Amino acid sequence: MKKDNILKEYLILAVITAVTIGVFSFYPQKSTLFEKNFLNYLVQMLQIFPAVMVLSGLLKVFVSKDIVGKYLGKTSGFRGLIIAVLLGTLPEGPLYIAFPLVKELREKGAKISNLIVFLSAWACIKIPQELVEFKFLGLKFMALRLSLTIIFVIIMGLIAEKIYERPERHKA
Amino acid sequence: MKVSSTTIIINAFALLFLILAFIKDKRKSKEALKVALKSFLNILPKTIMIIFAIGYLLTFIPPSAIAKFVGEQAGFGGTIAISLLGAVLFIPSVISFPLAGSFLQNGASVTSVAAFITTLTMIGFVTLPLEIKILGKKFAALRNGFSYIVALLISFLMGVILR
Repeated sequence: MKKDNILKEYLILAVITAVTIGVFSFYPQKSTLFEKNFLNYLVQMLQIFPAVMVLSGLLKVFVSKDIVGKYLGKTSGFRGLIIAVLLGTLPEGPLYIAFPLVKELREKGAKISNLIVFLSAWACIKIPQELVEFKFLGLKFMALRLSLTIIFVIIMGLIAEKIYERPERHKA
Repeated sequence: MKVSSTTIIINAFALLFLILAFIKDKRKSKEALKVALKSFLNILPKTIMIIFAIGYLLTFIPPSAIAKFVGEQAGFGGTIAISLLGAVLFIPSVISFPLAGSFLQNGASVTSVAAFITTLTMIGFVTLPLEIKILGKKFAALRNGFSYIVALLISFLMGVILR
């Protein structure tokens, strides 16, 4: 099924290419500008994409969910929050594969703040991803957004835990 | 062809880790390369589609139009709009950065671009039903709700600091 999807995407790409050739036969005066922008981004992307994919492949193979779970379940305190961030940045893969792991850890008594920090870090901090951001938005932008994200994700984890664990009077 | 220092740093970084991985475990490293090739081929068509979109954007939409909606003068409303767009879109994050870069190059404000990327990566609108099912309504609502607030805070701070 997945192979079919990829095939479909390549087909759509062929259609887009054909349409683009058509469009620029109507706007020949714009075609050099389009070509310049298109090639510029294509080259920039291809210069780093193999490296990004290799890094993400290495993380996928070397960092297993079990290792992450083992460390995350035991941490607490401020150090625990930092570890939760680090553990969230390491594994590769979509966010939803982390849900069952988080559920299991919650049942085993892991701290809610750590779990929220971990999931959020998993969602938005990834080493290969940071490299692409570095390339296209610059070091300053990437470094600042990364630092702010870490700080706010930790604050958010702590506040969300307080609310999560507040007894619900009206339901009881 | 000009190769930027950024490109060299990124490739050197990946190469270093690849060498370390091969020293540690040859078999696993080979498997990682296979995984890398597969995900490269998987993401390639989407990547080229995004580059087409960027090409059209930079060719046909004047910076003044982008600036009007998500630029400095667009203010709060523009940022809110683009942050909501980021929350509902489902673009693989590695290819969202060149798109965001082209926004920035073409007149969008730092705040808007940061809001777009941060909500795009942090909030999973598409995966929300699954998150609710597995982790419960309360947990999912708290995490995604706070994520949205945090994304806006981060973006406004970025706009102030990188002005």
